Amino acid sequence: MPYQQRLVTLAGYAVLLITALIFVFLVQQSWPFVREHGSLVFFTGDRWLPVSLPPVFQIGGFLVSSGIITGVAIIIGVPFGVLAAISLAELLPPGVSVIFRSIFEVTAGIPSVVFGFLGLKIVAPAVAGLLNLPTGLTGFSAGLVLSIMILPTLVSLSEEALRAVPREYAEASYALGANRWQTIWRVIVPSARGGIGAAVFLAMGRAIGETMTVLMIAGGRLAMPTSIFDPMRPITALIASEVNNAARNSMQYHALFTAGLILFIITFAVNAIAASVIVGKKAR
Amino acid sequence: MVAVQDTKIMLRDVSIYYSALHVIKSVSMSFLDKEITAIIGPSGSGKSTLLRSLNRMNDHIAGMRVEGEANILGSNVYAPTVDVVALRRRVGMVFQKPNPFPKSIYDNVAYGPRLQGQKSKVELDGIVERSLTQAALWHEVKDRLHASGLALSGGQQQRLCIARALAVDPEVLLMDEPASALDPAATAKIEDLMLKLKEHLAVVVVTHNMQQAARVSDYTAFLLGGELVEFDITRKIFTAPTDKRTDDYISGRMG
Repeated sequence: MPYQQRLVTLAGYAVLLITALIFVFLVQQSWPFVREHGSLVFFTGDRWLPVSLPPVFQIGGFLVSSGIITGVAIIIGVPFGVLAAISLAELLPPGVSVIFRSIFEVTAGIPSVVFGFLGLKIVAPAVAGLLNLPTGLTGFSAGLVLSIMILPTLVSLSEEALRAVPREYAEASYALGANRWQTIWRVIVPSARGGIGAAVFLAMGRAIGETMTVLMIAGGRLAMPTSIFDPMRPITALIASEVNNAARNSMQYHALFTAGLILFIITFAVNAIAASVIVGKKAR
Repeated sequence: MVAVQDTKIMLRDVSIYYSALHVIKSVSMSFLDKEITAIIGPSGSGKSTLLRSLNRMNDHIAGMRVEGEANILGSNVYAPTVDVVALRRRVGMVFQKPNPFPKSIYDNVAYGPRLQGQKSKVELDGIVERSLTQAALWHEVKDRLHASGLALSGGQQQRLCIARALAVDPEVLLMDEPASALDPAATAKIEDLMLKLKEHLAVVVVTHNMQQAARVSDYTAFLLGGELVEFDITRKIFTAPTDKRTDDYISGRMG
């Protein structure tokens, strides 16, 4: 094998190795906590009292919060993202498409802290006002802002999937007397659904892992949320807000690592689903 | 008793331009019901362009312009008032490369009728069976109608595409080199099928396989550089062509 090829292969293995090392590191840092406190109630309970005696560590409330915020982001973001992708791929003239696409790509580069500010100043007050809530800092508001943040992922990957649909399918549809809308809805979108599905899962992975925005907007309440309009604290916000105050190698420190490990496993699984959808589609 | 044959399509001085390119040059010819008309000619002679102009599948090409009169099923299809969607329902098309949708066999055939608002399962079942039978595919797929159309062999896929086109009951079927992507056995099946189909409708087939044109067609048109060189009964074209260029082409001295 020529050395260039070996180098590239090596780089590929290095990426795998680094991912594996991250996992090993998380497991190792979680282990002291899992050994002493590991039980099912860690996942189901919603009491988080890290410095009381004895301390209680239960992340159920945070898991549910992460689920709610991600769910809101996906339910609102996906229809918009897919429709935008359809208009970019099928409806807009190419010149306009290019401009819109670059706008979406710029959106992807906006730091999440900036989205946090937008959420604080615009979305949260609007949500509080419209729904007559005591505070606009809720899981719903965070999900709403996230739904915008996941658009670049959704739009660019869905558009790619739509553009990959063979031209011959559309031709066959037109030749059978379909109009443009019928062709888009009945042939092109269904043919691209594998790729669109993968886009949704990748966007979901991004939403679950998002930290700064949710830390600023979700409200930060520790208890199990009873409504999507409650202030809440997802896993990422929990870790970010406490890890600097936790004494190094304390039980709280290791409990936060355990929460991080769970987050890692969830996002890894979601991304793996996305990847398998893509691979499965190519194999067909 | 003389059978009266309908003229399904009549072209009078039809010219087609792609911007400045003069692709079809003042072609006049007609296509009869219950006959197969073959359009032959070397690559780039405008065969496909001419075929696709018959159900206006060239419309999306920027700079495309048509002059002359294309009278199809009684109306000039390039008149501004023509309903293109309705035209395409009456003039079906089969493409060079089999292009079934990534849907089930059933949904492929039911696609056209469903577009027209047919929702009754009983009706659709009937249409699917009838169309697949007409396309000589029913016995091969009747037990797996809900399997993907893409799981079929190339020849079966092409017959599925024919069934899909037949499902909306067209009066004319346009076939753009329908067997060029298939092996000889599958090609023979498609040709048999064409002979059966012409009992019900007008078939127009573009091919650069001259044996195929000779085997299946009743009339043959020879196109060269966008010009209709000769148009006659197939036997005449292949045994006693009038134009020297036709003679050169069919005897392999050109193309």
